[in-house]
Amino acid sequence: MEKDSGAPSVFVKDLVRKFGDFVAVDHISFEAQPGEIFGFLGPNGAGKSTTIRILCGLLRPTSGEAMVAGLDVARRPEAVRQKIGYMSQKFSLYNDLKVIENIRFFAGMYSVPEPIIPERADWVLEMAGLKGRESALTGTLATGWKQRLALGCALLHRPPILFLDEPTSGVDPVSRRQFWELIHRMAADGVTVFVTTHYMDEAEYCARLVLIYRGKVVASGPPSELKSGAVKGELLLVECEPLGKALEVLQTGPSVLDVAIFGSAIHVVVTDAREAIVSLTKHLSEHLITVSKIEPISPTLEDVFVALTTRQAESTETKNVQ
Amino acid sequence: MTDNGYAIIVDALTMEFPGVVAVDHLSFDVKSGEIFGLVGPDGAGKTTTMRMLAGVLTPSSGTAAVAGFDVVRDPQGVKHQISYMSQRFGLYEDLTVNENIRFYAGIFGLSKTDRERRASDLLSAAGMSPFGKRLAGKLSGGMKQKLGLICALIHTPQVIILDEPTNGVDPVSRRDFWRILYSLLGENVSILISTSYLDEAERCHRVALLHQGRLLFSDTPAELKKKISGDVVLVISPEPRRLRDLLKDSDGVSNLVLLGDGLRLIVDDASMRVPELRGRIESANLRVDRIEAVTPTVEDLFVQAVGKTGARNGKG
Repeated sequence: MEKDSGAPSVFVKDLVRKFGDFVAVDHISFEAQPGEIFGFLGPNGAGKSTTIRILCGLLRPTSGEAMVAGLDVARRPEAVRQKIGYMSQKFSLYNDLKVIENIRFFAGMYSVPEPIIPERADWVLEMAGLKGRESALTGTLATGWKQRLALGCALLHRPPILFLDEPTSGVDPVSRRQFWELIHRMAADGVTVFVTTHYMDEAEYCARLVLIYRGKVVASGPPSELKSGAVKGELLLVECEPLGKALEVLQTGPSVLDVAIFGSAIHVVVTDAREAIVSLTKHLSEHLITVSKIEPISPTLEDVFVALTTRQAESTETKNVQ
Repeated sequence: MTDNGYAIIVDALTMEFPGVVAVDHLSFDVKSGEIFGLVGPDGAGKTTTMRMLAGVLTPSSGTAAVAGFDVVRDPQGVKHQISYMSQRFGLYEDLTVNENIRFYAGIFGLSKTDRERRASDLLSAAGMSPFGKRLAGKLSGGMKQKLGLICALIHTPQVIILDEPTNGVDPVSRRDFWRILYSLLGENVSILISTSYLDEAERCHRVALLHQGRLLFSDTPAELKKKISGDVVLVISPEPRRLRDLLKDSDGVSNLVLLGDGLRLIVDDASMRVPELRGRIESANLRVDRIEAVTPTVEDLFVQAVGKTGARNGKG
């Protein structure tokens, strides 16, 4: 696996892609370093897939620069495709083929030279924990194994960059943790792992995140940094009765920015947690609501995601009105 | 029409398919007026359970009552009391949003006034009021899911059964979804919802945590988290891999998970182990930005309960 000296594995600058009048990707810029697990996040329709298709050499950018493994994707899309592996939750494996047959099929597809296929196949079987089960029908494997096999197949040609598209949604957490262990091992070997998802629990496994919305980058940083810095205001957890009425009352409460319900509790975003605990407790009791618990909590990545995208939506709408 | 305040009572419900027990002696109950979650990964038996409760699949053994009707003896009776949104809920892509709603209102025999009032409430709660005239086929994934929910809820059933309605829906639309569900509870309906996102358990009043057809736990999210043995500790660091190698065999440490910018682990006693861990990290000269005990998640509990056996022996 070759490593370029310090050059980013993925380099995107002022990238734009238009479809007619619609700007799907609007001047975005970011970089992913060799060995980095990089998360690319955004709601449905934010421009994630368009960007990935450009980076995989499947779609030409309208303007701007995109380099993958040192290659310009607009000029050398074929060469780019030899440098990347791609795996999605919708496994590309053939269920009615044996494990070893899937491996041979993908080795052929990625033009792995015939003499080294046995060695690579061995590596995949070892990694996926499928030694001794080469002849099992792929369709009969449990999800965790199938997923590791799909990962191995995507890596048969030893690409320096691996694209993962919602790789672990719906998978049981034990298998999922094992999967991410493997991903970390690949990254330690220098593979750049580029994850696209809108599942926040997958985002937690990434070292750095870029959040895009309506074609633009709205935030970037490590998960812990986004959680501590990106939510405007502070978060309170409120447990009280009756809940429905409390929800209404809180929406008009002093210094309340946002309210969301979580089972028997309510999450309230406020400007200042310490002040709000006093003022909201009073506000709620004035409306005959019994508060059993009110305390500051740390925001989750989902809180961050929602806060950033709604803020962006509001600011664009204000701009449109003006 | 419910039994002593219970909307759904499930007792030793079992479904065997050739070669696999999809649902294995499952028991739980849903109280009137609550949102109850069936939570578990793909293959846990959620859909099979819901199909039995909706009266469309006959159980191999066990019993279940929905809104007072026995699902085995009176599946037709059940169907009249519930609204069931399966994963393949049929929207007509070449009809508009309003036309889809009108179509389902017709099936359920709603009057025009009822339909219009309810449709307008639901559309507004879903943030979809401006899209009444858009073709369903032209909606985004999240909006399609929300339209499905609106159609399923256009009449006022006692029990609403929703099979993974938030699958593939981004977090913003997901919050709209849950807001709609909570707005319905005022009308004293009960909601049974399934999800493979363990973090969504937090949004339900009570949940049944399922794995491979069996019940792991059933309780409120807050009580579930108390079932973890030990304390969950989060370590934030730019060098998570080196940190993992350093800490993986430490005394009292288990369930270590490598995150993008840190580690999550379970210790037997945080007040004793956190200072110990901090000492080890400092003497190894590794950088740590934060180390602290955090609230456990439902996923922490799931992983601890299933342990390593669940992942290694599942031959599929």
